[in-house]
Amino acid sequence: MSAAILASQLVPTGLPATLAATGTVPGGEEVLFWVVAPVMVLGALGLLFSRRAVHAAMSVVVVMIGMAVLYTALEAPFLGVAQVVVYTGAVMMLFLFVLMLVGVDASDSFVETLRGQRWIGVLAGGGLLIVLIGVVLGGSRPAAVGLEAANAASNPVGVARLVFGEFVVAFELTGALLITAALGALTLTHRQRLTRKVGQRETTEQKMTQLGGGGQLTPLPAPGVYARHNAANVPALDPTGAPIEESVPRVLRIRGLEREVPWPDVVGLIGPGAGEAGDLDPGSRREEES
Amino acid sequence: MTLSYYLVLAVILFAIGATTVLVRRNAIIVFMGVELMLNSANLTFVTFARWHGDLAGQVLAFFVMVVAAAEVVVGLAIIVSIFRTRRSVSVDDANLLKS
Repeated sequence: MSAAILASQLVPTGLPATLAATGTVPGGEEVLFWVVAPVMVLGALGLLFSRRAVHAAMSVVVVMIGMAVLYTALEAPFLGVAQVVVYTGAVMMLFLFVLMLVGVDASDSFVETLRGQRWIGVLAGGGLLIVLIGVVLGGSRPAAVGLEAANAASNPVGVARLVFGEFVVAFELTGALLITAALGALTLTHRQRLTRKVGQRETTEQKMTQLGGGGQLTPLPAPGVYARHNAANVPALDPTGAPIEESVPRVLRIRGLEREVPWPDVVGLIGPGAGEAGDLDPGSRREEES
Repeated sequence: MTLSYYLVLAVILFAIGATTVLVRRNAIIVFMGVELMLNSANLTFVTFARWHGDLAGQVLAFFVMVVAAAEVVVGLAIIVSIFRTRRSVSVDDANLLKS
């Protein structure tokens, strides 16, 4: 089975409707166009007018998907698939990623550094629209041919013959461009480490050297251990029943949010000689407190 | 309906993208405007490929897509590095070269 037959089975060649002899598009495609095109224009206006960058990105995604639908209608199913994969799948997700990185709430400033820049920009955009529509609608062109002959061996095969034939040098240069872009992105976002990296070994060595001067090898006791409450602001009790100040997180201690041990008499309870089970029985302790 | 309507749609999208680039301040939104302009140029390529019955237009649109992907990678890296140093993505704040 040759590759052309395989490709024609994977991508149905009859998917896009062919042009009429007069160069007009068939009725079904016309309906599709009038459904998709207004949605795309609305999405583009959403990019222009939305305050929040995430909404703008979502409007652009709508435009990209509409563009993929139109490519498929324009007898370019390969480009339609590539549009979804490259633009909506990769490029717009990269945009959203960077939006999350720089903060979603980064809204536009409406202070004009150049006076009247907004109106000049709108005027230039409107002028561009009028001039380009004049260019597109004015002048005479031959009747549209359609891609029926060019897509005879399915659209991906036709495109591949050109890419790997006539345009193969440009295709190879594209590879160099992509590698350069990846390296550029790596070097642009690279950050030099200013301090030496502290690993597990360095941490242990530092703890060992500080052991003589009151340091501690083991982790600090968790707050609330052997205390009646296990809240973070209640200190743990040591074996003699005295509270351990270091067990409360440093931030709480500095802010003065630390709580006293609410039952100082318990220190005497589990002091020396408090090994009997009856003393530690919760019921007897409740009697002591009341 | 002839194929000219696709060209008109491409022109409208191009003009909206250009206005976005001129008016908006957020560098990421400006960048999305550039992407919109590239896409409308692609739509023109594909429409003319169908018009003339020549697949070269589709191949060029494909190359535009590849170059746009590379451009997005570098551009977003620049935006991220500017954001790291200046804590802002507004194009007005990148004025270190101003005397």
